[in-house]
Amino acid sequence: MLNVGKIEEGFVLDHIPAGMSLAIYHHLHLADLDCTVAIIKNAKSNKMGKKDILKVECDIDKLHMDVLAVIDHNITVNVIKDGEIVEKKDLVLPKEIKNVIRCKNPRCITSIEQELPHIFVLADEAKEVYRCRYCEEKFDKRTFRWI
Amino acid sequence: MRHLMTPLDFSVEELDQLFDLANDIEANMEKYAHCCAGKTLATCFYEPSTRTRLSFEAAMLNLGGNVLGFSEASSSSAAKGESVSDTIRVISAYAHICAMRHPKEGAAFVAASKSRIPVINAGDGGHQHPTQTLTDLLTIRSLKGRLDNFTIGLCGDLKFGRTVHSLINALTRYENIHFVFISPEELRVPEYITESLREKGISYEEETRLEDVLPNLDLLYMTRVQKERFFNEEDYVRLKDFYILNKKKMKLAKEDMLVLHPLPRVNEISVEIDDDPRAVYFKQAQYGVYVRMALIMTLLNITA
Repeated sequence: MLNVGKIEEGFVLDHIPAGMSLAIYHHLHLADLDCTVAIIKNAKSNKMGKKDILKVECDIDKLHMDVLAVIDHNITVNVIKDGEIVEKKDLVLPKEIKNVIRCKNPRCITSIEQELPHIFVLADEAKEVYRCRYCEEKFDKRTFRWI
Repeated sequence: MRHLMTPLDFSVEELDQLFDLANDIEANMEKYAHCCAGKTLATCFYEPSTRTRLSFEAAMLNLGGNVLGFSEASSSSAAKGESVSDTIRVISAYAHICAMRHPKEGAAFVAASKSRIPVINAGDGGHQHPTQTLTDLLTIRSLKGRLDNFTIGLCGDLKFGRTVHSLINALTRYENIHFVFISPEELRVPEYITESLREKGISYEEETRLEDVLPNLDLLYMTRVQKERFFNEEDYVRLKDFYILNKKKMKLAKEDMLVLHPLPRVNEISVEIDDDPRAVYFKQAQYGVYVRMALIMTLLNITA
């Protein structure tokens, strides 16, 4: 078994669905951070069988929680201080997400007016359905386009 | 300040008040002839729609107001690349109320969010067309005396037909409405609408043959297959004649079934039924003027 060491200060994203860690790395713009990042793929998990884990040695405030919640709000966010977990943050689906995902409806006004903010509104919390504020197009996790 | 983006912007009670006003306008046109003197309606039409634009202009002129505007994007500043947000800020300085049609969905919402004057969504792509819906509701309410307890068939282009989407949305607020969606597979009602109906526990069925369901209907809402909504000519030609209402089919319908159509029709309703008392689509166009008059007065807070 591969061992990845503890981090002292930062956060650990646990219970990421297997295979999603690189996508999250990209969407959270972790490549832009000047800090240590460990990407662990296909780790054993009692709950999920296989899971991915991301360990990031930077301030939690740099994490765009809204983005993470939209990707998968079941991901566990552990805040680490002095090598210990000091807080587990719950991911709550935001009521509104702005400039995170792009509407893919070619008939939407946002397709021609570039300066408009891309706003999606939580239409159904139970089903995790977001709709474009302008054209009401449903946000589909399989085909979405990130900004 | 209020805008009208979707038919749901007004509560059922507010719609009743609007329709009462529209019916009073119908009965007493002279009383309202100068209500909007000194007021100006801007009709900002980024895509051609002579009928809706003229209906708005007739409504404002009937109220003694003035109208200005443009009737296609090429004759507006949009051709120079001006955004909807900027256009409405400028129009706000020229007029007291604006009716906007735009081929892109959500355009009127963008306008309303930047406007200093009430904005009426006069159609945004395949999304919403609330004043057509108000027209449809007023027609049904005026001729049937109610807006609940109906089996309503919607026939034709249910996928791209914004009038259909808006009407379904609006009717879901009334008791005991059963929807019958009649269309080819390719032009079915979008999934988000049927999903919403299921969630609200509203009954609906999807059919492909108009004849099969005609005897059950209290109302039949016909739509044309709009050429501009198709990506290619071939699909349009193949589907446009799919459903045509004629004298033979009308024999299957109830004696008091009403046939509505947002107009213009192409050939989905044969002219041979125009004189059938159940065919009310030209009356519907007249109600469209009354309801737009009532809407303009309401949004401008003007009373007779």
